[in-house]
Amino acid sequence: MDVVIIDYGAGNIQSIRFAFERMGIHPELSDSAERISRADRVIFPGVGEAASAMAKLQRSGLDTLLPELQQPVLGICLGMQLMCRYSEEGDTPGLGIFDTVVRRFTPGLKVPQIGWNNISNLKSPLFKGVEEGSYIYLVHSYYAPLCPETVAESDYGLAYSAALARENFYGVQFHPEKSSRVGAKILQNFIEL
Amino acid sequence: MLTKRIIPCLDIKDGRTVKGINFVDLRDAGDPVELAAAYARQGADELVFLDIAATEENRGTLAELVRHVAEQIDIPFTVGGGISSESHVETLLHNGADKVSLNSAAVRNPDLIDSLAKKYGSQCIVVALDAKWVEGQWLIHLVGGKVPTEVELFSWAREVVDRGAGELLFTSMDHDGTKNGFANEALARMSEEVTVPVIASGGAGTRAHFADAFLEGKADAALAASVFHFNEIPIPDLKQYLSQKGIPVRL
Repeated sequence: MDVVIIDYGAGNIQSIRFAFERMGIHPELSDSAERISRADRVIFPGVGEAASAMAKLQRSGLDTLLPELQQPVLGICLGMQLMCRYSEEGDTPGLGIFDTVVRRFTPGLKVPQIGWNNISNLKSPLFKGVEEGSYIYLVHSYYAPLCPETVAESDYGLAYSAALARENFYGVQFHPEKSSRVGAKILQNFIEL
Repeated sequence: MLTKRIIPCLDIKDGRTVKGINFVDLRDAGDPVELAAAYARQGADELVFLDIAATEENRGTLAELVRHVAEQIDIPFTVGGGISSESHVETLLHNGADKVSLNSAAVRNPDLIDSLAKKYGSQCIVVALDAKWVEGQWLIHLVGGKVPTEVELFSWAREVVDRGAGELLFTSMDHDGTKNGFANEALARMSEEVTVPVIASGGAGTRAHFADAFLEGKADAALAASVFHFNEIPIPDLKQYLSQKGIPVRL
């Protein structure tokens, strides 16, 4: 299995690499369009701020490549948010793969949401063998509201999308690489899609 | 529902785990990576590694430790102790740390918080607040509690959040090592005054102390060292207990 993690300078990608290595898979890190295009699986990570991450994607031309990929693509955290149409963070237009906006959590909540929350209404092969109510680890200040592409929900002041999916594109708001056995199962499912 | 986090803290010196009683009298408690893996298996929600003897020279040792932990542990972890520059933070994050914790450097150079939050995002910037009750107010102390400052705890907490801290780690130096419970009154006030999560630290001795930190202290997470290291409070027992008290925890 040839897995490529997109390395565009946005955040902690070592943890994702190590998570795959614990499964016996050795992903390559790359920002090359040619290399990414011929991978079996593409991981689109991201930590940090939306506008600057988007600018980095644009500089390497990956903003046009990503929506055209045919193989399974998994966006993680900010990666998932950038796959949406628009983010309130930095007033940032996204890749438009998922037809939803990304909003900031409402005042009155502690932001970022940091910690373990549960996921429910699981409806994607990504969650095969994952129990309803399983705990996953999240760190985020912005969220995608529930929408027709929602395939897992979580709740923080309101119900929001913990995962999105459309055709070969998948996005998770949580960090599967930091979500213990549940997270490892979800990554394994992504490999086995 | 977002759960309350239980966080074992591993004090590190020269790549080994040590335990501090009021930050003196160190006693070896094992290999950090092995200990971390054991905690992850037990259901710890997160880990903190605190380099208590950080120097310029041993930076490489710490980075190597961070890498080994990241390779083997599938829960998040924070690294702190002597972090004073952007390049140091870069090295730790690049080796797989999820968050870094700033302490003295944040007090000496508050702009560091702004620049780190801007560059790496607030989500990975924890500011540690070590404070002591001195003549009617909580004052920040540096260098493991040895050096008092004039900085008032709550105004400093608000300032670091404004500057971009994503989380606060509040240690009461008066409670640390006593095993008499957390500083719940101060914790509750802090939790009300800031908009980011607050980790309670210092004073854990019984399971009830953790419940109090969450219920009275309104903490989002609770950190402890010795009660976990010497298995005085096994984490699965603690979480069962908290759950029975109606506190949401990951079981």
